[in-house]
Amino acid sequence: MRIVPFLLSAVATTALVVALNSSIGSIPPLGKLLSPSHGLWQNAEPADASFDLNLRTTQLQQQVEVFVDERLVPHIFAQNDQDAYFVQGYLHAKFRLWQMQFQAMAAAGRLCEILGEKVGDNSVLERHDRRMRRMGMLLAAENSLKAMNEVPEDKAAMEAYAAGVNHYIDQLSPADYPIEYKLLNYEPEAWTPLHSALFLKYMSYDLASDFDDFEMTNLRQHLGNESFEKVFPIQPDSLDPIAPKGTAYQVATPLPVAPANLDSLYAADAPALAYQPDKPDPDNGSNNWIVGGSRSASGRPILCNDPHLGLNLPSLWFEVQIHTPEYNVYGVSFPGAPSVVIGFNDSIAWGVTNAMRDVMDFYEVRFRDSSMNEYLYNGEWRKTAWRTETIRIRGKADFIDKVPVTEWGPVMYNDDYHGAIEGWQKGKAYAIRWKAHDNSLELGPFKALNRAKNYDDYLAAIRQYKCPGQNFIFASKTDTIAWWQQAQFPAKWRRQGDFVMPGWDSSFRWQGWIDNADNVHMKNPARGFISSANQLPADTTYPFYLGGIHDVYRGVIINRMLAGMQGVTPQDMQRMQTDNYNVFGEMAVPLLLKNTQDAALTADAKALLNEIQAWNYQADTASKGQTIFTEWWHQLADTVWADNLLRPDKLPVAWPQDHTLFEALRRDSAFSFVDNVTTTEIETLPMMVTAALNKTAEKLKTVTDLRWAKVKDTRVKHLLNGLPGFSRLHLNIGGGAKIINATKEAHGPSWRVIVHLTDKTEAYGVYPGGQHGNPGSRFYDMFVDKWAAGQYYSLWIMTAADKGSDKVKWRMTFSKA
Amino acid sequence: MKFLAVLVLTILLGYLVYVFNDLLPWWTVALTSLLAAVAVPIRPGWAALAGFTGVVLLWGTLAFVINQANAGIMAGRMAEVLPMGGNKLALLVVTSLVGGLVGGLGALSGAYLRRKPA
Repeated sequence: MRIVPFLLSAVATTALVVALNSSIGSIPPLGKLLSPSHGLWQNAEPADASFDLNLRTTQLQQQVEVFVDERLVPHIFAQNDQDAYFVQGYLHAKFRLWQMQFQAMAAAGRLCEILGEKVGDNSVLERHDRRMRRMGMLLAAENSLKAMNEVPEDKAAMEAYAAGVNHYIDQLSPADYPIEYKLLNYEPEAWTPLHSALFLKYMSYDLASDFDDFEMTNLRQHLGNESFEKVFPIQPDSLDPIAPKGTAYQVATPLPVAPANLDSLYAADAPALAYQPDKPDPDNGSNNWIVGGSRSASGRPILCNDPHLGLNLPSLWFEVQIHTPEYNVYGVSFPGAPSVVIGFNDSIAWGVTNAMRDVMDFYEVRFRDSSMNEYLYNGEWRKTAWRTETIRIRGKADFIDKVPVTEWGPVMYNDDYHGAIEGWQKGKAYAIRWKAHDNSLELGPFKALNRAKNYDDYLAAIRQYKCPGQNFIFASKTDTIAWWQQAQFPAKWRRQGDFVMPGWDSSFRWQGWIDNADNVHMKNPARGFISSANQLPADTTYPFYLGGIHDVYRGVIINRMLAGMQGVTPQDMQRMQTDNYNVFGEMAVPLLLKNTQDAALTADAKALLNEIQAWNYQADTASKGQTIFTEWWHQLADTVWADNLLRPDKLPVAWPQDHTLFEALRRDSAFSFVDNVTTTEIETLPMMVTAALNKTAEKLKTVTDLRWAKVKDTRVKHLLNGLPGFSRLHLNIGGGAKIINATKEAHGPSWRVIVHLTDKTEAYGVYPGGQHGNPGSRFYDMFVDKWAAGQYYSLWIMTAADKGSDKVKWRMTFSKA
Repeated sequence: MKFLAVLVLTILLGYLVYVFNDLLPWWTVALTSLLAAVAVPIRPGWAALAGFTGVVLLWGTLAFVINQANAGIMAGRMAEVLPMGGNKLALLVVTSLVGGLVGGLGALSGAYLRRKPA
């Protein structure tokens, strides 16, 4: 042996292998990743791959058969719930393992474990993990889990599901890991019911968090109360609430009493927080509606639903059918939790949209001193409780966050955590009161809906539901249609929780809960249809303050269309669900045109004016009018508001909604905010509208193709910050905000479903993704093009008699060992 | 002949890593190349070349075959993630070369390990 050359080459080989086996910065371990035996090639699934499976386990009570169709939808035939959930867990893991673990870790504020402290210049620790922890996400999930564990069936379901997930994980070798584990160089971890609870809690974050309190406080302090009411009116004129205007409310819940000292005593200092811009998308909303038998061609109800969420790959949804001797449910599930979330069974169908109620409020806390061990509450010093959050960081020591916990909840922002912008006042502290922290049974209602047979079952199911507030719509084969806005909502006085409240005064607390029976609802209305689209559920005759930011126009157009329809078919509903009519444009464009001074327009602006005069208010893929209107309105709103609303100290302020400006201008063209206060001249509405169109022309000059789909540029992003190869970019699709087809740039209808409750249920659905989470599978983005084109799949509701059908492409058998 | 023997042995032993990927980590391909060069007496330069060529051929062929069965879906996506402008061929070439480097160095070490000092 030649020692020296051997040692040199051995060291070189080892060094190369170590280098190729490690992540270096954001570069993945290239040897491991590229190796055909272990790396990305192992995830390249053969196009003709078989999904047949024979599995034996002691964890089952009886045999479970799964029939997989050509879209990779599993039809699970089990003899009992536990077995069904075990298999559902197994299948979620088989097709969506990385996604479900990543989302649970994100919810828990654990991304530093896999991404490290920073990605580029972005601090994962500060902007994500600490934020989630201090918001109380982990605390909330722990509380929910505790509550669920007290209900034996829920506990059993969560545990069976986790066992199924783990059964899949346990038989993986590193070569089998989903590609994202290989790219980020980490391993799957064992699944627990806490992971499921975290995933469910993430829905509360996405749908029931409201961080506007700070910006609203800043704005009101800047404008004064009178002007503020003009900029954030409580009820828009165009509102067509879910429960029609004129509905009478007689409630049993005691009415909340506003503190006597509301206006005089407390005007919070303007809070300066850098973290405010990180908020869930304000358009996290949805459409759902039901056409009753009186309006349908068949005489049976048709239920439609399309929840609008961030458009991601792998998709939030996983289609599944679960058949047991007790029930037969089909719909979409969350990879991460058992049961079907939106779906239908042999008797009924249900759907959800977000209630958009404000159940997250902030209270300023006065600590006695910098130790934060005592805080002021009703004139006394109370002891602070402390919660320790340990954040593990890849390649670094743990970060320990000690979070003070008050009567209200955790202190989210204080000297330790506020983001570094100018204006933070040392010693300030804000605690968060959030409904999601309370015990809640987030699984039970869905499990119960899965097996509901009639209206009473539906009502009993949703009454357990506490957060995030949803519009649960319901239809049965016996032609009962209904809607309840359901959650455990705090009974609030007018404007309670719009602004930061004083945490030393208990009269600002949530005084009680609205009785379930007093929640807004409808059953079999005479007009023969029900719809909800995130608008206010009721007008101001409803005695409780609703809070939150609500859409107006989708509700208006949906109700207008439904009111004009008779003899409705599922095909009509497909056209309606993908409709691109911009009713806001229909209302606002005439106002703009009336106020345009042709003589003051530039040549480019005149060309735009001609284009928009010919616009039919359709936000279709090729529409240029939609592009011009969107920009024109945006420019106008900006110039009208900016001079009045922006604070000299640059603290962030809440931005008014489009309908507020439109309605103010429609009522009064001399609306006081129109004039630019920074000039001596008095600007009029025509001057502003004309200038806005000129600016629009200037801005759009650089845009070579004005067609709406090109400008909007919709994409479905991979969960890892939209990794290019794993995302679907530049989709040719119309629609947008305020439109039934609410498809925006990276946000929109995440599952479109139409259920016709005929004797043999007829259903259609599509989501912008695919059943398989593996980018190396042909099923990864299988549905995206069909979704973008506004087409649907006919959903196959399999029966026991279909087991030999040629629609069954693969068979899985899970046997008791 | 010796070159060919090491080459073939590198491929055969390296293929075992592919077959037993649930037991062997990816980098054992360095060891299998080393073994191939230990088994057959060969000059270090030729060993390195045989190890390099062997693993290039092995990894290249495996990746090619997998890619064909996969209809190029994964390679197309990964060649954007990595980033190679979506060029699947580039991904195949880089895959082969990375394997080749590991195999070549492994075989070189093997040759030195066996070879008596001159």
